[in-house]
Amino acid sequence: MAETQQKKKGLGSVVISDERCKGCGFCVEFCPTDALKLSDQYNAKGYHPPVLVTQEKCNGCNMCGLLCPDFAIYGFMFKKKKK
Amino acid sequence: MSDELLDVDESMPTNTVEEFLRMERMPHIWCPGCGIGTTVNCFAHALETSGLDLRKVSVVSGIGCTGRVAGYLKLDSFHTTHGRAIPFATGLKLANPELKVVVYSGDGDLTAIGGNHFIHAARRNVDMTVILINNFIYGMTGGQVAPTTPLTATASTTPHGNFEEAFNLPYLAESCGAVYVARWTAYHVRHVTKAIKEALAKKGFSFVEILAPCPTLYSRRNKLGDGLDQMVYYKENSEVKNDIDTKTVSLSFQGKITVGKFVDKERPTYLDAMNEYYGKKFGDKYTPYKG
Repeated sequence: MAETQQKKKGLGSVVISDERCKGCGFCVEFCPTDALKLSDQYNAKGYHPPVLVTQEKCNGCNMCGLLCPDFAIYGFMFKKKKK
Repeated sequence: MSDELLDVDESMPTNTVEEFLRMERMPHIWCPGCGIGTTVNCFAHALETSGLDLRKVSVVSGIGCTGRVAGYLKLDSFHTTHGRAIPFATGLKLANPELKVVVYSGDGDLTAIGGNHFIHAARRNVDMTVILINNFIYGMTGGQVAPTTPLTATASTTPHGNFEEAFNLPYLAESCGAVYVARWTAYHVRHVTKAIKEALAKKGFSFVEILAPCPTLYSRRNKLGDGLDQMVYYKENSEVKNDIDTKTVSLSFQGKITVGKFVDKERPTYLDAMNEYYGKKFGDKYTPYKG
């Protein structure tokens, strides 16, 4: 489980590098739309990485990406397909 | 949700911060909940939007937890001896005035061991950006009391509480002559990014103090919870007061934190002052120094 990305609906999504996460919880606490939570799963170092629980809420503001001390998460906004 | 929004580009974008970092060295050494990584993130975003030529940006760090930053940034970086980041950066700037020199270090390194260099670089107005990460304690060596430890806070060398008055760093920087002084916390990521960007664009000695949680030593010894609890404290107790008198912005133990951009003024830099003075003194005989 190197990099996971959830994408379905919403304005944006996040990319999470589970193995780099140290489970500090900054992204979960300060997500403006409460779209993240700490996973029940452990990574190899024994931390709980975040998961995107409500994808519809994520607007790709990249607040999590700015706050993450471990460069393990970043948000992005969906771009429309070029026609 | 309309169908239009679902019709999206499926390609996964890359993390724009990664091109500024030496990713082969990750994971870094900082503890879970430490705020230094957050500030590096902000610094990388500031660099990205500043439009600076990265081949002409160099980062100088001293010793300590924050001193490790130089090793993680994919720029010309130098990890100097304890407290000597500013003298090294001064030399770098004087030898090659084209460089954008950034000093990125901790409170103990810059204001205790390197305190003398700090005040003189600010006095001479050497053209550099100083980013000081204040975690209130000597993090790497075991939590000894630092010149920034607030009154009554416990450190490993003051087990019954600290009785020394702490530095008010924005006031120190302003009174020594810094042209740009700002203080933010690791929680204010967008403000930090903007402040670093402004400081990079400023000509002269620009100083940005960033308060960051130290969960392993400062928070644990003072029973303040983990890094996240400190971030919540920063969020709830910070008051943004731009352009306020820096005399009034001293910090107390778990008290209110005044943040903001305090000083933004113009003053001739060290090299400009030298060229101007000698130009007047010697007239045509003097060739202005340009590196």
